[in-house]
Amino acid sequence: MLKDITLGQYFPGTSLVHRMDPRTKLLMVVVYIVALFSAGNWISYGLVFLFLAFSIKISKISLKAITRGLKPVLFIVIFTGVLNLFFTEGTHVIFSVFGITITWEALERAFFMISRIMMLITGTFLLTYTTSPIALTDGLESLLNPLKKLHLPVHELSMMMCIALRFIPTLIEETDKIISAQKARGADFETGSLMQRAKALVPILGPLFISAFRRADELAIAMECRCYQGGEGRTKMKLLRYHRLDLITFGVGAALLAVVFTLRAFGM
Amino acid sequence: MSTILEVRNLTHTYSTGTPFEHKALDQVSFCVERGEFIGIIGHTGSGKSTLIQHLNGLLRPTDGAVLLDGKDIWSDKQFTRQARFRVGLVFQYPEYQLFEESVYKDIAFGPKNMGLDKAEIDRRVREAAGFVGITEEQLEVSPFDLSGGQKRRVAIAGVIAMEPEVLILDEPTAGLDPASRQDILDNIQRYRRAKNATIIMVSHSMNDVARLTERLLVMNGSHLAMDAAPTEVFARAQELLDMGLDIPDVTQVFLRLQQMGLDVQPVYTIEQAVHTLQKLKEGNAHA
Repeated sequence: MLKDITLGQYFPGTSLVHRMDPRTKLLMVVVYIVALFSAGNWISYGLVFLFLAFSIKISKISLKAITRGLKPVLFIVIFTGVLNLFFTEGTHVIFSVFGITITWEALERAFFMISRIMMLITGTFLLTYTTSPIALTDGLESLLNPLKKLHLPVHELSMMMCIALRFIPTLIEETDKIISAQKARGADFETGSLMQRAKALVPILGPLFISAFRRADELAIAMECRCYQGGEGRTKMKLLRYHRLDLITFGVGAALLAVVFTLRAFGM
Repeated sequence: MSTILEVRNLTHTYSTGTPFEHKALDQVSFCVERGEFIGIIGHTGSGKSTLIQHLNGLLRPTDGAVLLDGKDIWSDKQFTRQARFRVGLVFQYPEYQLFEESVYKDIAFGPKNMGLDKAEIDRRVREAAGFVGITEEQLEVSPFDLSGGQKRRVAIAGVIAMEPEVLILDEPTAGLDPASRQDILDNIQRYRRAKNATIIMVSHSMNDVARLTERLLVMNGSHLAMDAAPTEVFARAQELLDMGLDIPDVTQVFLRLQQMGLDVQPVYTIEQAVHTLQKLKEGNAHA
């Protein structure tokens, strides 16, 4: 049951998107989000959608995996849609019953809002689906490097993020195991009042915290044994380098932004 | 003897529909008779852990069924819960699942979940502690103040306290020193004799399974590769080695003796080895 969580999961592969430099992908996600929020009409929305569809297509990630990622936010999407549908002022009334009026403007706005949220989530998921956590933090560290001048501990932050990401699957597995073990002793997590169910969590959270601390301790010792000493003077085995693919991608991203901004400037 | 557990064409697939889809069990079938001591061997990832989690209804079969006393474990919710108490499962490194403030309370967790009254819980906790050699004073201390071997024994007592008819243990001696290993194995046998219980033990120690069990299930690549008495299984030494498994030390010695031209049949326990060698010596004396 816990293994079905897809949030932040990485699907290994060798597609064009997988092979891109993580920095390129991170920047493209930023470009994509800016374009998505600047889009104000059918044409620019269509362009951003095409860009997303094309990215998914060349990433070779199955549509099933993508729709599964959308499931947890379904409620928010529907809620936003309904809210926009009923509370947007407009002049072109479609119908009006019991004092509730639905206009064309509201329908259009609800549609835009829903697709914006879904496209936002899908786009960012595509990043984590195609980039391993290590590559992601490497890219992030490299992008944030200029902030070192401001004495921000960029390396330490990205290291912490990397470790946290690395341990999510481990802790999920651990939780699964502890739940099974307590179930084997007849623990019941499905029935009873809210208070009883909260109490039923103690046999899981106790061992889980203890094991998390134990792992942190072991990891710290292991790192120290290998003389780890932070970012100063540290070299990398895998150097990040931009290739032709990345240049092309940047070109496509720049074009997308230019078109969306131009359309916006003309008020379309 | 009567059948207590029946596994029928059991198949289990993890992460169906994702790139991580993996068939952990494929068409596994066997019966467990009341009072048997069964060993399960197989290399890492061969499906042993998945198999035993089906026997007490923790995992639901993708296909096939597990029958307890002739009734499908998953036939109704109440029975699934019953099955968890009747088939006790001790996981690998069970000491990491301790959570209560005292050893007594931790052992009492299972019986309490069964809805027993206080006197009965008390009796079971003390009896289970007795089986694994936990003293009266130790019942009151925090489980986290005990040594690794003692924690393991407390965890095993926590399952024994439910008085399961079938006790399943997943590598109960992994990571322990030789003295503690022997203690744990003795505890298991003591419980078996006292309650006439059925024992299923997953182990990587060929010496242990050869000495203790009456029947061996060999798992290989999600399949049940062999199901026979230890003598027959270890007679197929080469097949086991091909699967990445081992054979008991004493069997290795005897196979080597055979290769060197000595007229002996391979044995798999020390007692048999002593017996065979003595007979050989007597035979030589007569000649």
